Amino acid sequence: MEATDKVWEVFIQKKAGLAFKHAGSVRAFDKKMAIQNARDVYTRRSEGRAMWVVPTEAIVSVPLDNSDAFFDPADDKAYRHATFYEIPDGVKHL
Amino acid sequence: MEKFQEAFDKIIEADSKVEPRDWMPEKYRKTNIRQISQHAHSEIIGMQPEGNWLLRAPSLRAKQVLLAKIQDEAGHGLYLYSVAETLGISRSEMIEQLHSGEAKYSSIFNYPTLTWADMGAVGWLVDGAAIVNQVSLQRTSYGPYSRAMIRICKEESFHQRQGYEIMCRMAFGTPEQKEMAQDALNRFWEPALMMFGPHDADSVHKGQSMEWKIKRESNDHLRQRFIDRTVPQAEYLGLTIPDPNLKWNEETGHYDHSPFNWDEFWNVVNGNGPCNKERLDHHKKAHNDNKWVREAAAAYAAKTETQVA
Repeated sequence: MEATDKVWEVFIQKKAGLAFKHAGSVRAFDKKMAIQNARDVYTRRSEGRAMWVVPTEAIVSVPLDNSDAFFDPADDKAYRHATFYEIPDGVKHL
Repeated sequence: MEKFQEAFDKIIEADSKVEPRDWMPEKYRKTNIRQISQHAHSEIIGMQPEGNWLLRAPSLRAKQVLLAKIQDEAGHGLYLYSVAETLGISRSEMIEQLHSGEAKYSSIFNYPTLTWADMGAVGWLVDGAAIVNQVSLQRTSYGPYSRAMIRICKEESFHQRQGYEIMCRMAFGTPEQKEMAQDALNRFWEPALMMFGPHDADSVHKGQSMEWKIKRESNDHLRQRFIDRTVPQAEYLGLTIPDPNLKWNEETGHYDHSPFNWDEFWNVVNGNGPCNKERLDHHKKAHNDNKWVREAAAAYAAKTETQVA
């Protein structure tokens, strides 16, 4: 059986001060190849100043079949938003 | 199950995007895999007709530009393989399907590139047609495919412009150059129009793909848009589109054209075009000849990579 590469997710920071953003994925055999492939595939037009690659299998995500239940604790907590509160007219800087 | 189907239908109806881990009908997944892998293979095989001219480009500038364009095609193929992989097929499976003939690529790449003017015609007409199609696909319902299309369109706008620049050079050059430009247009015009696929009435996958918003506009609609845009560009070059029935129709606001030679189209789709065998053989050879590189990379990784994650 032929040895296989694996999939790595690519995150790029465009400029200092901005968050890293998922750009897509690449295939590679090792870390160095992953980051070089990611450069060649996703930053051919100077799209990045910093980059992360992460093996896809290392990413933990919410199981989709109960994602509603996973996120619903936040659904009934409108008081976490500033707009929940009533402030009398004429009061400023709040 | 019904609950999932309902959630999926709602996404499609609301014109929002289906994401990799969302539930989707099996047929939706399969249709996307078929279309996206075909699109990826087209980008990859599409490097061959252009690679043919890399070492014979007429200037250093032309060579740099052509090289950058071919690198983009490779990149676009890779974005698209990644997109297909989010649907549960691996890249090696897709390559096996390409080699076995189970997966197709665009027939346009089964035509040879005989002169330097063909590099102009390919950029102007082939990339031009691809862009019309891809702009429409930016609104496709599968999120990762849509994002790849947005990125690809941004990058490809230079492809068409560099092609048209070559056409300008040739069409306004010596009489021999102009003749080459005309010859390239003659050979690529109809194959470029056929890139949009069969007529709507004969398109096998159309109905369901439109319903699921995988495809957003019909083949004939996109083809007409391309014709309407391209005719004035040919006129500017002083070249003649090889269709005696091509004329502006005041009533419809579009150009009328002759019926296409669909026998030729199906002949090429079914593997009998001028370069089908050559393109596929070349891909297989490169893949097999480079097996040792994959093996070496795997051996190196086994030796040097400590446990990640």
